[in-house]
Amino acid sequence: MAHAEDAPQVTVLPPDTAKIKKLWTVAGILGAVTLLEFAVAFGVPHEMKDLRVWTFILMTIVKAAYIVGEFMHLRYEAKVLLWSILIPMVFVVWMLVAFVYEGIHIDLARP
Amino acid sequence: MASTSTVTVPAPGKSVWDGGVSPMNASYGKLMMWFFLLSDAFTFSALLITYGLVRSSHKAYEGAVDAFTFSQTYWPIPEKVFEAVPFFHGLNAPLVFVGLMTFILIMSSVTMVLAVEAGHRMDRKAVEKWMLWTIIGGFTFLSCQAWEWSHFIHGTDGGSILADGTKIFGANLSINQYGPPDFAAFFFFITGFHGFHVFSGVMLNFLIYYNTVTGVYERRGHYEMVEKVGLYWHFVDLVWVFVFTFFYLV
Repeated sequence: MAHAEDAPQVTVLPPDTAKIKKLWTVAGILGAVTLLEFAVAFGVPHEMKDLRVWTFILMTIVKAAYIVGEFMHLRYEAKVLLWSILIPMVFVVWMLVAFVYEGIHIDLARP
Repeated sequence: MASTSTVTVPAPGKSVWDGGVSPMNASYGKLMMWFFLLSDAFTFSALLITYGLVRSSHKAYEGAVDAFTFSQTYWPIPEKVFEAVPFFHGLNAPLVFVGLMTFILIMSSVTMVLAVEAGHRMDRKAVEKWMLWTIIGGFTFLSCQAWEWSHFIHGTDGGSILADGTKIFGANLSINQYGPPDFAAFFFFITGFHGFHVFSGVMLNFLIYYNTVTGVYERRGHYEMVEKVGLYWHFVDLVWVFVFTFFYLV
């Protein structure tokens, strides 16, 4: 800026070490869960399909919860905001179940 | 309402609807970003659920995993398709590259949240640093995806032989060497739509970075824009978590 008097008076606060440490912990958890997914992908044989799929889904939900809750800060927002985001997701879950079920039956009906 | 009861009418200008209060304790922009992301989540859900429908309506591969070969008659095992790594031609490394991409995107989410934290403290230098790392992370992810698309389109050395004896390499929207035509179509649509979101995210991140460097947010007195774009960026990471599971792992 050309004029020094235009410069805003800004007070820079010191880093919130506790908060930053917590964020890195969350990052560590996300990394660890991803590594665990790899362990399941190569450790559990493809014949145990149900076990594989359900572990993957469970781990995905864990990762999603950490990203939305901590990184996107939703856990600390007003409860009404949290629920207005989460409750509509019920429809997505139902849609997934209904359509995969439908798909299996399309396969069965094919000659 | 019963006519006998006394109704307490709030003084003019004191009701929640009279302005001056933030519903849900969030600013207008943040709230709208949340509801945009909810609608965007519906779009991605629709794509992934359609993938689930089409995939479950195709025959799954039944034989031994080691003996797997590409065929148009059943849905491929994803880890048999995505097993190449740049600079290591011929190396069989299933899901390694896509794992690296996941790691890059998670790391750029971490640097984004550190930029938001620095913004809360009005620390311009730290916001600049972390935003720059986030932009680099986003660009790296996009470059990886460009390579992956290129490999997917050009195909493997061996290609795959159709029932009528013709040999095909790689993939396009009507035919591909990996499996039924829908397999490649969904790959292009789902990772493409996500990649477009990453691209938009990098553009927005750059805008935020530019405004930080020129001191726009310092003059404004807060870095809430970093937070809002941060929400979008984390959402892009979130979607990738689901794409990774449902397209590459399951």
